[in-house]
Amino acid sequence: MARASQVAQTLLAIIFIVLALSQIGLAVNGIFLGSILALGAVGITLVFGVMRFANIAHGDMMTMGAYVTFFLLVSVLPEHTGLGPFTFGFPLLIALPVSMAAVAALAVGMDILVFRKLRLRRANIVTIEIASLGVAIAIRGFVQMVWGTPVRYFPNEGRTHFSLPADISIAPNHLFVSGAALVLAIALHLLLTRTKQGKAMRATSDNPDLARASGINTDRVLLWTWAIAGALAGAAGVLLVIFNATAQLKPTMGFQLLVPLFAAVVVGGIGNPYGAFLGAMLIGISMEVSTAWALPTYKPAIAFTVMVVVLLFRPRGILGSKG
Amino acid sequence: MLDFLTAFAILIGIYSVFTLGLNVHWGYTGLFNIGVAGFFALGAYAASLLTIRPPSSDQVDDYLYAGDLANRLEALPVIGALDLWFIAGLLAASLVSAAVALVVGTITIRLRGDYLAIATLGIAESVRLVFLNERWLGNGSKGLYTIPRVFDGIATPQDYDRVYLVVVLVVFLALFFGVRALVHSPWGRVLRAIREDEVTAEASGKHVFRFKLQAFVLGAVIMGIGGALYAFNLRAISPSAFTPLLGTFIIWAMLVVGGSGRLYAPIVGAFIVWGIWSGSQFLPDPLGSPNVRYFSIGVLVVLVLVYAPDGITPLLSRARERWTARRRLRRAVAEE
Repeated sequence: MARASQVAQTLLAIIFIVLALSQIGLAVNGIFLGSILALGAVGITLVFGVMRFANIAHGDMMTMGAYVTFFLLVSVLPEHTGLGPFTFGFPLLIALPVSMAAVAALAVGMDILVFRKLRLRRANIVTIEIASLGVAIAIRGFVQMVWGTPVRYFPNEGRTHFSLPADISIAPNHLFVSGAALVLAIALHLLLTRTKQGKAMRATSDNPDLARASGINTDRVLLWTWAIAGALAGAAGVLLVIFNATAQLKPTMGFQLLVPLFAAVVVGGIGNPYGAFLGAMLIGISMEVSTAWALPTYKPAIAFTVMVVVLLFRPRGILGSKG
Repeated sequence: MLDFLTAFAILIGIYSVFTLGLNVHWGYTGLFNIGVAGFFALGAYAASLLTIRPPSSDQVDDYLYAGDLANRLEALPVIGALDLWFIAGLLAASLVSAAVALVVGTITIRLRGDYLAIATLGIAESVRLVFLNERWLGNGSKGLYTIPRVFDGIATPQDYDRVYLVVVLVVFLALFFGVRALVHSPWGRVLRAIREDEVTAEASGKHVFRFKLQAFVLGAVIMGIGGALYAFNLRAISPSAFTPLLGTFIIWAMLVVGGSGRLYAPIVGAFIVWGIWSGSQFLPDPLGSPNVRYFSIGVLVVLVLVYAPDGITPLLSRARERWTARRRLRRAVAEE
């Protein structure tokens, strides 16, 4: 039985690699999409690690990050587009960290106003999860109240793609997206492994009671986790906009990514940040490669299908622990 | 005004059915379903496809299959007058929802609760995408719109809403009393035991997975019937009706506001939330705009969860107790 399952898993992995290689251009795009998904998925999985609930508001936090940048680009910062090979201008480099800070503050605020109260009441995990659903609706309502429902655009100008052999064409923006995602991922890795706060976060995620008993201030760890998850979500939202060729934003953009994000988290092994990264790449590549045969609108359904197939063989995800 | 109230009451009835289904999932069993819209859409499309007229010959429509059951049964003696196609529509909705719930449930219920949430969200999104993109099946964004009227022999089109209100009430009450009987049965007690403590229920020899799967299918069937009722009410459906807001969030808001796990929660919650939602459109402009209403529904859910975790129903029953106690006291004083 175990043997048959291993054979099936190896076969699936081979099929995935063959399909991805047969559509190498799409697979490369999938890596870029995957790097955005990774930033969102890592945040979901970090929050899950310390609080044990899957934050449904995460997609809408990404939306918020994108709209904060939109506000800064249009109303505050000087007008400039076409920095180097990119479609956006230098103000984006200022707006990106500001949006990350803003969404981090939003996430911490959510915890203080809503989740901490539920925690103190020892509310059921799913009650907290429903509260995050309520927060998600409220954030989206807020975005629609302030910026309206019509599609908006970052200021941008058209740019030609870089062409590589084997029909691979790369939009310069995509290089920026994956570069920024890589920098953030490395920063997170260093934070988790080299700093005291990061070690405290990992300890709390492993065993909250033991962490508390060893003198770790778990309340502060929770706030830090929210802040980091929020900052990453804010960055993911901004990168999602410039990933798109027309740089468009809409209030539903984050929520629509929720199924792929959750799929990435689950495929990688829920609670494991490195797994979330791997899962995001797998889901991102599957979504893009599928467009060779399926309509692009089916991408979320593809993400969902990949998740179900992985769960059938590995109920705890690819890098999920056994415990 | 009367027409508005009738339409309002019909929608409260239909949303009460969805909330009843969600109460079976979350309220009684603790199954976290955030894809109500999926079963809603499956029920609505199944019932519609079985009863709509074939596509017109002028190639405006893209769908290929149409059951046309209403016209086919009409031709038969006696049966034709009974409008049995309506029952058949509800049955088709139940069967399709049950089949999908059985497959999804079998794969995901064994896993952690969060996985079921993610799976139901994924199913809801996939169902909507299929009906939107597979135009041969669901006619794309145009949707299906030749859905027949129930009892059109005895009611004029102007009276349709009033007749339909009775139909919705009958279906809701049948489901409501059915669920009430089940919840008070030994089967229902096992569900609540699972909701409170799964391990203890398993240790007491209950097959937890089987009970959870049964409850998941039952709730999905109720949601599917709600979808069929919705389709026969507007007699036109399109994928835009099954968005996460109107298909899932608002139903969660109703259950949370009503007080999940309480028998009367679906009616109380549907009445309050739908009242706020559809009443606030008459407010002066900034307050009445859909975006503000959207924001307030989210805030309402969070406020109720944080400050009145048991919902409004217990507050109402407490108020009623206090009122009867005071009346009894007054009567006692008067007698002396």
